[in-house]
Amino acid sequence: MTPTDGLTREHGHELLLDMLRIRRMEERCAELYQKTKIRGFLHLYIGEEAVAVGAMRALTPDDAVVATYREHGHALIRGVSAEKIMAEMYGKQEGCSRGRGGSMHLYDAPTRFYGGNAIVGGGIPLAVGMALADKMQGRERVSACFFGDGAAAEGEFHESMNLAALWHLPVLFCCENNLYGMGTGIERAQSETRLALRAASYRMSAWDVDGMDVLAVEEATRRAAEAVRSGGGPHFLEFRTYRFRAHSMFDPELYRSKEEVAAWKERDPIELFRQRLRDAELLTDDEDAGLEALASDEVERAVAFAEAGTWEPVEDLERFVLSEPAPQREVAS
Amino acid sequence: MSTPSRTVEPRAAAGVRTITFAQAVNEALAEEMRRDPAVFILGEDVAEAGTPFKVLSGLVDEFGPERVRDTPISEAGFAGLAVGAAMTGMRPVVDLMFGDFLTLVMDQLVNQAAKTHYMSGGKLKVPMVLRTTLGATRRSAAQHSQSLHAWVSHVPGLKVALPATPYDAKGLMKAAIRDDNPVVIVEDKLSFQDKGPVPEGEIVIPLGQADVKREGTDITFIATSSMVVVALRAAETLAAQGLSAEVVDPRSMVPLDTATLVESAKKTGRVVVIDEGHQSYGVSAELAAVVADGAFYHLDAPVKRLGAMDVPVPFSPVLEDLTVPTPEQLTALAREMCGARS
Ligand SMILES: Cc1ncc(C[n+]2csc(CCOP(=O)(O)OP(=O)(O)O)c2C)c(N)n1
Ligand SMILES: [Mg+2]
Repeated sequence: MTPTDGLTREHGHELLLDMLRIRRMEERCAELYQKTKIRGFLHLYIGEEAVAVGAMRALTPDDAVVATYREHGHALIRGVSAEKIMAEMYGKQEGCSRGRGGSMHLYDAPTRFYGGNAIVGGGIPLAVGMALADKMQGRERVSACFFGDGAAAEGEFHESMNLAALWHLPVLFCCENNLYGMGTGIERAQSETRLALRAASYRMSAWDVDGMDVLAVEEATRRAAEAVRSGGGPHFLEFRTYRFRAHSMFDPELYRSKEEVAAWKERDPIELFRQRLRDAELLTDDEDAGLEALASDEVERAVAFAEAGTWEPVEDLERFVLSEPAPQREVAS
Repeated sequence: MSTPSRTVEPRAAAGVRTITFAQAVNEALAEEMRRDPAVFILGEDVAEAGTPFKVLSGLVDEFGPERVRDTPISEAGFAGLAVGAAMTGMRPVVDLMFGDFLTLVMDQLVNQAAKTHYMSGGKLKVPMVLRTTLGATRRSAAQHSQSLHAWVSHVPGLKVALPATPYDAKGLMKAAIRDDNPVVIVEDKLSFQDKGPVPEGEIVIPLGQADVKREGTDITFIATSSMVVVALRAAETLAAQGLSAEVVDPRSMVPLDTATLVESAKKTGRVVVIDEGHQSYGVSAELAAVVADGAFYHLDAPVKRLGAMDVPVPFSPVLEDLTVPTPEQLTALAREMCGARS
């Protein structure tokens, strides 16, 4: 565990609140799924919140974020409003993707959130391309890419690692190693399960981080993002974490034992951090209740917003297949 | 879309059980694996985790993890491995959970599997099967709802089958596994729990044999996969209105039973092709061209197509349902073509 020395009360509360915001929002999503308000796929991030919360704090608004279908938390902490996220999950046009993307395809241009992605590994080259664009256009920005351990078996992962390292691109790979890709455990899917080691073989700085420790995540990401930003080339962080819920909403979880899940729940990132704040006398009962109330209020507002939302009109169905005519772009001669 | 039972009415016969599409596929795989030790399955979560759509349940228990092989998430890799293994004595069945992931295996399928036999002057064979899915209206959004069977149908060297009923699913799968060519079988995700009659014992349906799913005299619906049930429902409605629609299911795109399609077109004089792929440049265009060509002098109306709209599949449930042809649309189109008053 990283020490809490130097942690301010305010900072501690922000981290705890952000983790609670994700947790409470997703717990509500699971209920809404049972009520068929949310349909299709729904992949919950519960148990992994410390990763998105810690990592996002190390990014600036100029940086880009690419994520997966398990991206509700990333979008929320990146600054997409809970209202827009919830409306998107309902399929309402007030959602961040107009209701066309759903849970797996949250997009938000203002916060440079380049999507959830339902193709495993599909986002990784995109992030490398964003980093290439930054390099070519002389911008000092970081492109952060979140993906799972399972994605590290895809060709696109390896091709991206090589390209990023070869061209020294400002990309930050954030691998969320939750030990499973759907129902397949990492030992059954990866010849080398230490994913940071594999990244290092492409000649980039890479290390693993306790993904249940929000302070460790923040510190590691800060260090890596600063190095990337200052021209240090791609960096790779392997966050060791665990998903507490099923892979998606239909998963009998035959592939892991209840004991294993229970053992990981002992390391619930929210409870761990809450306890540390209390031990360091940085959190009182009242403050804790206040944070919980903030998180629940936000969820309730989001649900109300989604409920009140409207369906995109049928006349728009064929809009945006191709871009609508825009003014001619000036190209320097 | 309101969905009454999708089950296609069993044609009564002795010794016939009613089983689900998923069970039918499962039986076909189990029987072929018992029959031929070279047959094995590989794909993501096919064994330990309980298998995508529960189609493969129990197979790992009978055949073990060597022959029902969980792979990492490496579609291009394991599809290519299947090609190699097929070239050297095995008969792999690749399980590709979603048809949308065909994009990831296209190189191995198109540049390797499809061409090896031809390029080697007939010296090498690639007896493999790739099972995958098609179909929207599951609220799965644009990257998990596509019907991309036209992509593979376009490539010489691949066979492509589209079973629409449990019976066809079993018989086509068994034929595909025994075929010495690479065969892509595309199954409708929504049909896995549909029930239908399947006789006990061996069924092998040769690829390239269409099936008349319902006889009629006024109009022919050439329907594939998920659209067979749509066509049958439309035919039902039309029957009540005094119009007799014939439903012909080609069952495989390659090889294609042009004779049966053309024969039906000649008989009724009117044809609608209905398929869940995007309407433009899809298999429906090919099927329409085949009947227009073969039955031109017998047609009373231009051949029409009904396909999915040319849009990525939207998540919004109200929009999604509009992208896929419905029995109501088909009924209306058929009435118009038959000059019936609406
Ligand atoms: C290319 C591709 N192959 C397979 C799938 C099906 N699938 C969805 S999620 C998933 C597991 C991914 O595991 P991992 O990368 O570890 O992410 P996690 O779900 O654990 O966050 C699989 C196999 C997919 N969506 N895309
Ligand atoms: Mg994982």
